[in-house]
Amino acid sequence: MTKLFKLSLTVNGNPYERQIEPRLLLSDFLRHELGMTGTHVGCEHGVCGACTVLLNGDPVRSCLMFAVQAHGHEVLTVEGLGTIDDLHPIQQAFWEAHGLQCGFCTPGFLTTLVPFLEENPDPSEEEIRVAISGNLCRCTGYQHIVEAVQLAAEKMRA
Amino acid sequence: MTYKFIGKRIKRNEDPRLLTGQALFVDDVDIPGMLHVAFLRSDYAHARILSIDIEEARQRPGVVAIYTAEDMGDDWEPGPPLVSPPPTLEGVIFNSRRQAPLAKGKVFHAGEAVVAVVAESRYIAEDAVEDIWVDYESLPVVVDLEKAMESDSPLVHDDLDTNLAAHMFQKKGDYESAREQADLIIQKKFYLDRGAAVAMENRGIVAHWDEKSQHMTIWDTTQAPIPIRNGTAARLGLSEKQVRVIAPFLGGGFGPKAMMFYPEEMLLPWLSMKHCRPMKWIEDRRENFYATTSERQQVHEVEIALTKDGRVLGLSDDFLHDTGAFDPYGLTIPLNTQCHVTGPYDIQNIASNCTAVFTNKPIVTPVRGAGRPQGVFVIERMLDFAAKELGMDLLELRKKNLIPPDAFPYDKEIIDQAFAKFVMDSGNYLPVVEKAREMIGYDQFIKEEQPRLRAEGKYVGIGITPFIETTGVGPYEGARVQIEPTGKVNVATGIGTQGQGHFTSFAQIVSEQLGVAVSDVNLVSGDTAQFHWGTGTFASRGAVVAGSAVLAAATAVRSKVLKLASKVLEAPEEELEFENGTVRVADIPRQSISLGELAALANPLRGAVEPGSEPGLEATDYFGPAYGATAFGVHAMIIEIDPETMMIEFKRYITVEDCGTVLNPLILEGQIHGGVSMGIGNAYYEKMHFDESGQLLNASLADYLIVTAHEMPNRIEIGHMETRSPFNELGTKGVGEAGAIPVPACFTQALENAFQDFDLEILETPLSPNRLFELLQREEHEE
Amino acid sequence: MKPPPFEYYAPTTVEEALVHLAEHGYDAKPLAGGQSLIPMMNFRLAQPAVIVDLNNIEGLSFIRPEDDGSLAVGAMTRHQMVEKSELIVEKAPLVHETMPQIATSQIRSRGTFGGSLAHADPSAELVCVSVALDGEFKIANQSGERWVPAKDFFLGLFTSVLEPEELLVEIKLPPFPERTGWSLKEIARRPHDFCLIGVAAVLTLDENNKCQGAKLVYLSAGDGPVEATQAAELLKGQDMTDEAIRAAAEKASAEEIDPSSDIHATAEFRRHLANVLTRRALKEALDRAKGN
Repeated sequence: MTKLFKLSLTVNGNPYERQIEPRLLLSDFLRHELGMTGTHVGCEHGVCGACTVLLNGDPVRSCLMFAVQAHGHEVLTVEGLGTIDDLHPIQQAFWEAHGLQCGFCTPGFLTTLVPFLEENPDPSEEEIRVAISGNLCRCTGYQHIVEAVQLAAEKMRA
Repeated sequence: MTYKFIGKRIKRNEDPRLLTGQALFVDDVDIPGMLHVAFLRSDYAHARILSIDIEEARQRPGVVAIYTAEDMGDDWEPGPPLVSPPPTLEGVIFNSRRQAPLAKGKVFHAGEAVVAVVAESRYIAEDAVEDIWVDYESLPVVVDLEKAMESDSPLVHDDLDTNLAAHMFQKKGDYESAREQADLIIQKKFYLDRGAAVAMENRGIVAHWDEKSQHMTIWDTTQAPIPIRNGTAARLGLSEKQVRVIAPFLGGGFGPKAMMFYPEEMLLPWLSMKHCRPMKWIEDRRENFYATTSERQQVHEVEIALTKDGRVLGLSDDFLHDTGAFDPYGLTIPLNTQCHVTGPYDIQNIASNCTAVFTNKPIVTPVRGAGRPQGVFVIERMLDFAAKELGMDLLELRKKNLIPPDAFPYDKEIIDQAFAKFVMDSGNYLPVVEKAREMIGYDQFIKEEQPRLRAEGKYVGIGITPFIETTGVGPYEGARVQIEPTGKVNVATGIGTQGQGHFTSFAQIVSEQLGVAVSDVNLVSGDTAQFHWGTGTFASRGAVVAGSAVLAAATAVRSKVLKLASKVLEAPEEELEFENGTVRVADIPRQSISLGELAALANPLRGAVEPGSEPGLEATDYFGPAYGATAFGVHAMIIEIDPETMMIEFKRYITVEDCGTVLNPLILEGQIHGGVSMGIGNAYYEKMHFDESGQLLNASLADYLIVTAHEMPNRIEIGHMETRSPFNELGTKGVGEAGAIPVPACFTQALENAFQDFDLEILETPLSPNRLFELLQREEHEE
Repeated sequence: MKPPPFEYYAPTTVEEALVHLAEHGYDAKPLAGGQSLIPMMNFRLAQPAVIVDLNNIEGLSFIRPEDDGSLAVGAMTRHQMVEKSELIVEKAPLVHETMPQIATSQIRSRGTFGGSLAHADPSAELVCVSVALDGEFKIANQSGERWVPAKDFFLGLFTSVLEPEELLVEIKLPPFPERTGWSLKEIARRPHDFCLIGVAAVLTLDENNKCQGAKLVYLSAGDGPVEATQAAELLKGQDMTDEAIRAAAEKASAEEIDPSSDIHATAEFRRHLANVLTRRALKEALDRAKGN
């Protein structure tokens, strides 16, 4: 057994401490150690974007980080965005615009979009398409997602 | 027909859970004491297993057990045949060879599971896989379809004297005589290659045998939970009541998740019983490319016979179909191809000869489209060539051959995937074609826009392609509808759901009958403990078949409600109406009672229930169509190609659909958008590259290119027409696969149109910039 | 697809990192952004016994103007920081133009400038651009540091002059001469894919609008960044006519690059694309040089 590492970090505003193997991927840590299964794993090689979380506010692939690397940092997952009764405006917009079908890739889109829309309150369609080009979706063909982002931008500007 | 709930853009019941990360997917299941499984998979496409050394792996801390095929003893047996060949076809040959839980003696394709490791974590299980040494003797590999059928080809299955998996001939009329009468005969040969489904969620299974209660619970990413339950019970010698299969939220299906009895599905429950511990296996993306099924490779030799004014007299198609190393799914795909190769056209003389071929490649089962895109590609290409030869407009030629509206129901006289005669229920095709033509501005583009753009040095082309989609096939589905004392309505159906919005569209059907808000209808699907009759979600049948069952059950509940309410409200049933969760007397709205109160009354705690009546407001019903419902549509696109780089851009994308009654336009649009994105992938981005040794060269999402938001058209403009299906009460037809089906055909037509100065002739799909460059170079060299 | 086990160190200074690297030699691998290394580990194509994580070394993340007009970029500066840097816009516009073409936003927020260079992937944009810009790399080891010009840094496929006990710590980007234009052109199937072929062009004009000097460096065109020196030589002293550009593009794509064939493109198609892109890049660089 390799040496365990004592990891302390903040996830969705709450502090956590765990003893973990250094090789444990951040995605697996969130899902299986903390039970936050909203972060999904689609490829484990950094292409699909389903596992995107925010690390200190920036979108990162949680499958391309060891959990130990999040030591002392802040992570935000889809569970930290909004609740069923109080959706984040981006979640609300995805609901209204039918921006999801199977919903597997959705958490990665949402987390990618949070900083994007904060920095670009009124993005063009082209900017939106580039912003989400690191997230693969096999169900929607992206059109309703693009519309959801436009709607979310509108909601967030208001 | 006017509806209050059906046909409305209602946002989905299931979304809040999905949006907040609260929906359960298989990999989210966590049970104390759970063990993890990883597989050693074959590096060879075809090899004899000489020996397997697992000693070192066994010693690794955290490893619980290791199994080879031999270790399974008498419990090792191949999967069941899912679908037998159509018994009604004369002279059909079908050699059934099925996948095993673990390879025994020989591996048949790269990625086949050879050894299973059970360990305390997936990480350790993968470490142990690397400790295992397998000694293989490599064998000659069968990859190419045509070579596979040559007499000196190596054999995939040693006990057969050929690589023939199946042979079937279907016909209508007499092609030979049509040929004799023809003014024009065109012969072409087409190569269509393989693509992967790539659901964003890989497959996965958690099996939990509880020794004390003698009960097995399985969470499975399956599109067909009920057959999995029944088959698992049979394999393990359990009663069906002892097995519960749950297909929770699935991260997309697209066909391959309907394949029944993947090796891992056979193995995990067995391992759980063996160890009396919960077992989890989650497929990773690399495994997904090998261990999950894929589709579409065929080679067609086609001949079409026409009159000089463009009437198609007959079509003959002789094709090879790649079935991969095994053929558990029978002939579904090539049967679909045979049904679609004459498309929406009235062709009286058809000869279709299909040879399914074993190869040392992963197993082939349906992927969104399931043999239909191949048929559509072939017929549409042939019509494109015919139009060129005859000097006719592409669309005029097609219009001339469409099945007229008064010819329905129209019998193609071909057996379809349900082994029923392919009878097309209804349709009115010409207006759909005209609408697409108008929306894309076909005439104006050809006459004005294209010449102008060409003069500016731009290569811009148009494609317009009609297609049919067989949907909603049997055998049957069922549903149970129950009103709770809370006034909410529970619906249970056996099919699984993979993002199609069943939680909402089925709720709309129920709301229509019972007058409750759509958000008050709670659907459970894909849990055999809730409903255990049915087959599954595939073949664009969910809305048609399960939807019709839901309608039947809801209608039955409605009449129970009326009967009881009539008694309580002391008013005749005809005077009662459903409104907002209550039943009221039409002219006296204050005289009303809520559905919840009625439900409580129907389940009294004291007093006698009348003989012959049932407690509760609940009903179960079924729907089994004799024939499917055939949807129709047209796709049209305008693309611009950079003639130097071969990079493309979609300028316009139009679809016009006739899928009968639309349950929820929002969901319908989503289905079409998603289908088109897969179709675009199939046309220009996605291809599984197998080398001569049967190795897949692009088993990653970095190299297998599914389209991103960036490659898609900015707008897919959707037009609707509606011809209700007379074969089900909802009048609906499926649409799940429609988006994907005609895209390669339409795209290829548009490419040729853009490069018309080059006399480019495209006989294959998928293409790529590289391949297009090669074809254009070849064209230049030949000139 | 889970990474194999490893020993993990997270030093906070370069000195400390160098101690670990010296101790473990070839067994150790420095971990920068990890956006190439970790996928390789997940596929188990890379199995380092020791990981020396550089992410806690704060001193390696900076973008700093130097007195000689050049820019110094710390090796652990994340792509995202470079992408958003005003200094980069002003002093290294070719780098600024390159950043959005590197992978996706989620990769750029984690990947680092130096990590990308040390990985020495011939299809990485920065590898090519660093050569086109005549960058210089500062390499540290326990006995001190040394400077290596970008063109000498890369030795071949995923190999550089870095010894196992060494770290790339800083990259120096010299300023453009007056009347210099630039361009990066690449063809990728999807925006975040490794490109089929790409070219960075830097062009300096003299007072008569003749080419005073040109640089053409290709990515995905061989085992490392491929500089087309003969093509550049053809342009020198010439008027930048379409004809001159065409001749240079022809020379570079037909004779100087050495692309390979794979499932995405044949070498022939890559040469063809290189020809097309060279013309487009030179034209864009020319326009910009004239504007400067």
